[in-house]
Amino acid sequence: MSILVDKSTRVVVQGVTGKEGTFHALACREYGTQVVAGVTPGKGGIVHEGIPVFDTVTASVAKEGANTSLIFVPPAFAADAILEAADAGIRVIVCITEGIPTLDMVRVGRALQGRDTRLIGPNCPGIISPGKAKVGIMPGHIHRPGTVGVVSRSGTLTYEAVGQLTARGIGQSTCVGIGGDPIIGTTFVDALRLFQADSETEAILMIGEIGGTAEEDAAAFVRSHLSKPVVGFICGQTAPPGRRMGHAGAIISGGTGTAAEKMTTMQTAGITVVKSPAEMGEAVARLVRKTPGKSRVARKVSAGAGTGRKRAGSARGRHARPKGGSTSSSSKRGSGRRR
Amino acid sequence: MKIHEYQAKAILAEFGVPVPRGRVAVTPPEAAAIARELGGTVVVKAQIHAGGRGKGGGVKLAKSPDAAQQAASQILGMMLKTHQTGPEGQKVKRVLVEEGMDIRQELYLGIVIDRKVGLPAIMGSSAGGVEIEEVARTRPDAIVKVHVDPATSVRGFHTRKLGFGLGLKGDLLKAGADFVSKLYRAFAARDCSLAEINPLVITGDGRLLALDAKMNFDDNALFRHPEIQALRDLDEESPLEVEASKFNLNYIKLDGNVGCMVNGAGLAMATMDIIKLAGGEPANFLDVGGGASAEQIENAFRILISDRTVRAVLINIFGGILRCDRLAEGVIKAVKALNVKLPIVIRMEGTNVELGKKMLAESGLNFITAEGMKDGAEKVVRAARSA
Repeated sequence: MSILVDKSTRVVVQGVTGKEGTFHALACREYGTQVVAGVTPGKGGIVHEGIPVFDTVTASVAKEGANTSLIFVPPAFAADAILEAADAGIRVIVCITEGIPTLDMVRVGRALQGRDTRLIGPNCPGIISPGKAKVGIMPGHIHRPGTVGVVSRSGTLTYEAVGQLTARGIGQSTCVGIGGDPIIGTTFVDALRLFQADSETEAILMIGEIGGTAEEDAAAFVRSHLSKPVVGFICGQTAPPGRRMGHAGAIISGGTGTAAEKMTTMQTAGITVVKSPAEMGEAVARLVRKTPGKSRVARKVSAGAGTGRKRAGSARGRHARPKGGSTSSSSKRGSGRRR
Repeated sequence: MKIHEYQAKAILAEFGVPVPRGRVAVTPPEAAAIARELGGTVVVKAQIHAGGRGKGGGVKLAKSPDAAQQAASQILGMMLKTHQTGPEGQKVKRVLVEEGMDIRQELYLGIVIDRKVGLPAIMGSSAGGVEIEEVARTRPDAIVKVHVDPATSVRGFHTRKLGFGLGLKGDLLKAGADFVSKLYRAFAARDCSLAEINPLVITGDGRLLALDAKMNFDDNALFRHPEIQALRDLDEESPLEVEASKFNLNYIKLDGNVGCMVNGAGLAMATMDIIKLAGGEPANFLDVGGGASAEQIENAFRILISDRTVRAVLINIFGGILRCDRLAEGVIKAVKALNVKLPIVIRMEGTNVELGKKMLAESGLNFITAEGMKDGAEKVVRAARSA
């Protein structure tokens, strides 16, 4: 298994006829992802690089059964593209676009609340379930199928981490880039919840950044809800306060959001925190070696490990139960969108 | 993006937010003329982006036009040092001359995006004039906070909650409600990331006024605000950073001597971190973007080496979409074109990495190649020390 995307994923690429949209639609297809449609308003009816193009997302859902959208629309129109996908009934929306105005995302966030739609990003590399589907811009070949879930706010640093894992023979169940913006659709907590519920994921690597409090929230969630071991890294330990470090979300302001604070909070919550980005892979390797084969890691917490039965974006109802209890509770919690 | 106080007050005035009467001056005689026009006591305030101007001697009271002229001549041209400017200070090129106020009470009002909730948050406190972060830390109950849903905008209940929370009564409560909704309108209409009135004052004659004003704008939304872009003051920004932004490079100057060039913001931060762990100090943050073309790399090099404190450079690229042979080609071209003499450590990973390494080795240039981030960091720190 895996989370969010797999063999049943049917992707519609919004902005498919643009340079980036074309390049990545083809790269996803080459990886084995079912790229079933593209949307470019005004170009409906053409077939672009073998991909049927529609004027609206709704049409791509009706004609090609698209259930996942991958967005490469320019920043000024990206919020609209997300809302269009949600309106068309798309369950997993991956928005790659960087530079969407924050207030646009505030409105999108409110509009998606309470809907059974999960947004990943914006300003993210996307999602890959190695060997099954790639819905994003990451280089597919550095990944390999396995049991480590990776969740991260950045792009190339995630590739770095994945590269370290693969080099040690450790595969990944799913890698999710949640994005570097201040307001994002899926948070660390959401991704951790999904990984906890995924029977294939045995350990989790979480890569955070300075700014905001998402890592602190994740730490609290790990402490109370996670039985699987987590390795964490925070980049920006040397970043000066008050400066936006590339990502709109990566800024230390008012003395909060520092790497030191986040690392301490994560450590206290039982996460194995590494100081050096070169140690991410090795730290996971140590954990995985300690828990060989398919055997589950001893549960730190016995109750309330919310195992979502139903997951957004997956049409399949099957969901293997992890051995050894504590899989009950909050069946609805894993589904739908969490912010 | 940041703007000056006088610019923020002009925007606020456009939205009907009450601000003191006043104008900006670039020469002492102009300051005197404005003081004469305003009459009575005036305040002469240095206009730089950094906060803490008062403590650094950038704000002076003047009881006459002559005194205003004198105050302006002291402030204009000074290198104003505050806790936000850095040790060298910031040169003052303009002063704001405003009517002096009889202040009965100082309050705080600010709007930011609350990332956790995903909505704008309006915060008020009766403890004005001080750092709100300090209040938040020591007396969190002294801050009233409301979240505004963009679907409804600011409603009466928001403004009442804030007004009562600030201890306003009667006419002041009404004025407060009006102030809050106008400030929010300005925040939303101009795509602010911060709109802060600190202090918001109650005057002796019972009016509410924005005595100071700070507005920051969402860089991502500037494309739809040419009127805000026009307010950008390049003198307030580091020249190298301005240069970098022209080429879509994300560059931030730091204090160390190890230059670094990386693709992707997260990896760039992680590279700075590992340089520090290896015993060095990063000279900069530089993200050449996820793609990074040969042209980008050449521009990035030009900016990196124009920082004279840089002793060695680490290039750390995880080539996914970007192929390593293309990267190598770009680096070789740039180093030859710019005649770079500094030691350059290259760590690259990803597609066509072997071909890329071969090209570097056969270039005739003296590159140091590294395996992995740790090796790269250690090599560049060593190179910087012996350079």
